[in-house]
Amino acid sequence: MLWKNIGLVKGVGFNSWRRVGSILPAVKVYNTRQVDEMIIVDISASRDNNQPDFEMLSEIAHECFVPLTFGGGINSLEHITKSLRLGADKIAVNTAALANPELITKASERFGSQCVVVSIDAIMHEDGDYYCYTHSGSQPTAYKVLEWAKEVEKLGAGEILLTDVELDGSMKGYNQDLIRQVSSAVSIPVIASGGAGNLNDFSTAILESGASAVAAASLFHFTQLTPLEIKRHLASKNIMTRNALVNG
Amino acid sequence: MKVLIIDYGMGNVGSVKRAIEECGVDNVIVSHHDYDFEDCTHAILPGVGAFPDAMATLNERGITDRIKKLAIDDKIPLLGICLGMQLLASKGTEVSFQDGLDLIPGIVQALEPAIGERIPHVGWNEVQFTNRSDEMLNEIRDQSDFYFVHSYHFIPKNEENILAYTPYAGKFVSMIRCGNIIGAQFHPEKSSTAGFQLLKNFLNI
Repeated sequence: MLWKNIGLVKGVGFNSWRRVGSILPAVKVYNTRQVDEMIIVDISASRDNNQPDFEMLSEIAHECFVPLTFGGGINSLEHITKSLRLGADKIAVNTAALANPELITKASERFGSQCVVVSIDAIMHEDGDYYCYTHSGSQPTAYKVLEWAKEVEKLGAGEILLTDVELDGSMKGYNQDLIRQVSSAVSIPVIASGGAGNLNDFSTAILESGASAVAAASLFHFTQLTPLEIKRHLASKNIMTRNALVNG
Repeated sequence: MKVLIIDYGMGNVGSVKRAIEECGVDNVIVSHHDYDFEDCTHAILPGVGAFPDAMATLNERGITDRIKKLAIDDKIPLLGICLGMQLLASKGTEVSFQDGLDLIPGIVQALEPAIGERIPHVGWNEVQFTNRSDEMLNEIRDQSDFYFVHSYHFIPKNEENILAYTPYAGKFVSMIRCGNIIGAQFHPEKSSTAGFQLLKNFLNI
């Protein structure tokens, strides 16, 4: 889930953000719908050079009873310490990691690699390679996605959250080619993100492209599909997801 | 009902407090004070971090004796979560041999991953019950998934103290119980519906 100062938002291609509601009610709803984890990113923080919105994190953590990944504007060990203390289980970094790759190493040494998620926002250039973007997809960098993915694994990242910026919000399907390239280049888990539009997108990302996990937002905001239906679909393809078996 | 969350400066007590409140308890206290130990009805020992640091902090602040009195003399239900479960052991082996709280006989050792497995063990994994009739497992179906983050595990001396196993790094003990003293290697406060049910079961003791 992404939010800006105006509330919970959803864009298309990291642009034309639409407000889709308030963040707290959404967190409460997802709690009851069997999502396995929540990833919440403040997309205005790095873009506007703001500090992470710790007040918002605190409110979200208050209502979130599954593992929570928090990102947006995190650029120091102090930010990470504070995020974890406020109830995040993992943090996501992109802009700060590209500007200062050592942050990944220091963070995984201090807090364990399991809590360091490196977020990669990818756009394909005319040369046919994918490049990393920072500041919510607004600024290109010279880093190629495959090289950076291998680099962050070496630096100590625990997971990669991989988003195709141009497909994000489109519901046209994940960029399976990008997912396949990155998943086969690294051995840490890759979370597919950006573009999921139907049930098959999820199973293909895992079975054919090698993603370890699948993320979605638009699909839940704008269609009737629920996390539980996706999990049932994955189960029908013999993909294990969390199973919460409580009577009644 | 007054639920005490034992605060010794390690780990995110906030998530545990919120989950207990969500179970409908109004009186949840995060504290290390004597008087809170004396009049609580349930106590929770959370924890994230290293065993030696945690025991050193508990000893320095005089909390070790308070926990033992509460659990042994007063027979207050005590739930250790993650590192909190490991601290219930007789001995830890992280860094060097270290005395634990010695409330459930056993030692704590590093997980030994099989080929292809990673340490720390992070994520949702199955909890397989050995004793279905225990009240801690009421209304939770066998093999429910709970959320784990850990590199060490508790090896109880007595098999009758084992409530559940989890199939990872061979197979490790993910829940233990000895009378009023209970340990969970996973995080019920991050385990959604199954986690809430487990916490409710504990509060019903």
